[in-house]
Amino acid sequence: MGLVTPDYGLLFWMVLSFSIVLFVLGKFAWKPILKSLKDREESIEGALQSAEQAKVEMQLMQADNEKFIVEAKVERDNLIKEAREVKDNIIKEAKVQATVEANKLVETARERIQTEKAMALTEIKNQVTLLSVQIAEKILKRELADAKDQQKYIEEMLKEINMN
Amino acid sequence: MSWFSIHKSFTTLLAILIAISFSAGTVLASEPEGGHDPHGSAKFEPGSFIMDHIADSYDWHVATIGDFHLSLPLPIILISKEQGLKIFMSSKFHHGHETHSNFMLMMEGENKGKIVETLSTGEQVLPLDFSITKNVLAIFFSLGLLLWVFISIAKSYQRREGQAPKGMQSFLEPLIIFIRDDVAKASIGEKKYERYVPYLLTIFFFIFLNNLLGLVPILPGGANVTGNIAVTLVLALFTFGITTFSGNGAYWKHIFWPDVPSWLKVPIPLMPVVELIGVFTKPFVLMVRLFANITAGHIIALGFFSLIFIFGSMNIVAGYGISILSIAFTIFMTFLELLVAFIQAYVFTLLSALYFGMAVEEHH
Repeated sequence: MGLVTPDYGLLFWMVLSFSIVLFVLGKFAWKPILKSLKDREESIEGALQSAEQAKVEMQLMQADNEKFIVEAKVERDNLIKEAREVKDNIIKEAKVQATVEANKLVETARERIQTEKAMALTEIKNQVTLLSVQIAEKILKRELADAKDQQKYIEEMLKEINMN
Repeated sequence: MSWFSIHKSFTTLLAILIAISFSAGTVLASEPEGGHDPHGSAKFEPGSFIMDHIADSYDWHVATIGDFHLSLPLPIILISKEQGLKIFMSSKFHHGHETHSNFMLMMEGENKGKIVETLSTGEQVLPLDFSITKNVLAIFFSLGLLLWVFISIAKSYQRREGQAPKGMQSFLEPLIIFIRDDVAKASIGEKKYERYVPYLLTIFFFIFLNNLLGLVPILPGGANVTGNIAVTLVLALFTFGITTFSGNGAYWKHIFWPDVPSWLKVPIPLMPVVELIGVFTKPFVLMVRLFANITAGHIIALGFFSLIFIFGSMNIVAGYGISILSIAFTIFMTFLELLVAFIQAYVFTLLSALYFGMAVEEHH
């Protein structure tokens, strides 16, 4: 029966053409296609792996960051504390110094006042002495003109001295 | 060549629709003539009608309208003892009605469908026939299509290196990966599969493409390539050859000295004989399976169409009536054949891969 008897002409052409196509496809189609597929798979795998690695690194970095933040906070607190201490010290010192300075001023002022007072008193004393002498001069000038009165006055004076 | 301009977006659905409409059209058109019997006997013979459709032929028949045969003439290449190499177009025969330089296309008898030479002595002999028949041209066409498609996608792989596939590339990439990973790698093993992938891809796409083209009844389809025993024989021989040449020590030891009780091997080499027969039955079964599946599918579809004319010759109303049923069944069969087209291509490739796997398997 013709259906199940292979025809040698067809067989010949099939072997010839199929061999050629198998060779050509293998060299110019399958080789580059399979190579690109493999390359792409490898690059995808590589990309996934590096992404995973990046994730791990990110986590590490995040942990580091947190550490840094904590450290920075501690540092900041310390700085603030120190600054406060410095401020307090400065204020305290300033106060002390101000007090000392004020006291000194007050002292100086008092001394000056004392000196001024003394000077003023001396002045007053001098003035009083001068005035007394002048008064006495005047009185003496007037009183000595009358002997009686003079007598009387001297007596009064003597009396006073005696009482003392 | 108009049939070369087959568009890449030629969808399967469209193919089915054309398949159905043209199958029906061709057959209906040939009805007044009585099938494809050129001698014009009015009796419709489903047997010869079906055989004519699934067999190879010297021209590519498209349609018959009345007495007019629309067909593509093909070159006939003959080597005769008397005339040497003779090349002429099949149209010289006028569909078997005429003789060309003592060559005659036999329409009946023992050498039906063959070219017979009448020698000067009056003796009739068969010349050596290397004609580009319908199936040969269909093989050339499908191989050309495979070359064009895969070399162009190979180029786009190189052009778009490392990028996502696009167009035809993304359409065929899943199939390529499927054959590589689920057929070759799974059957042959991680270490040795790479050498066999190009061959497996080639037979898979060759069988799949020709199975699909066989479902399209007009040019460039319609040739029953994978349902031709010569074609499946060549494919099976390639698989057999590759298996035999890549067979390692463990493979040959398994054939000639299998691990069975020694009384099965000495003095009568019972198991070695069985194993040796197995070596040849494997490719033989490959050949027959593909041939039978595809031919059977064609016979069933054509059988349904023949029903129309069998009933039509009894009663015209019965003919139209049964045609609805026949076309419905043929649509169903065509869908089934689409599935078969893939499955048979897959099975042939998978079994080839399994045989290669056996040949290169290390002894365990």
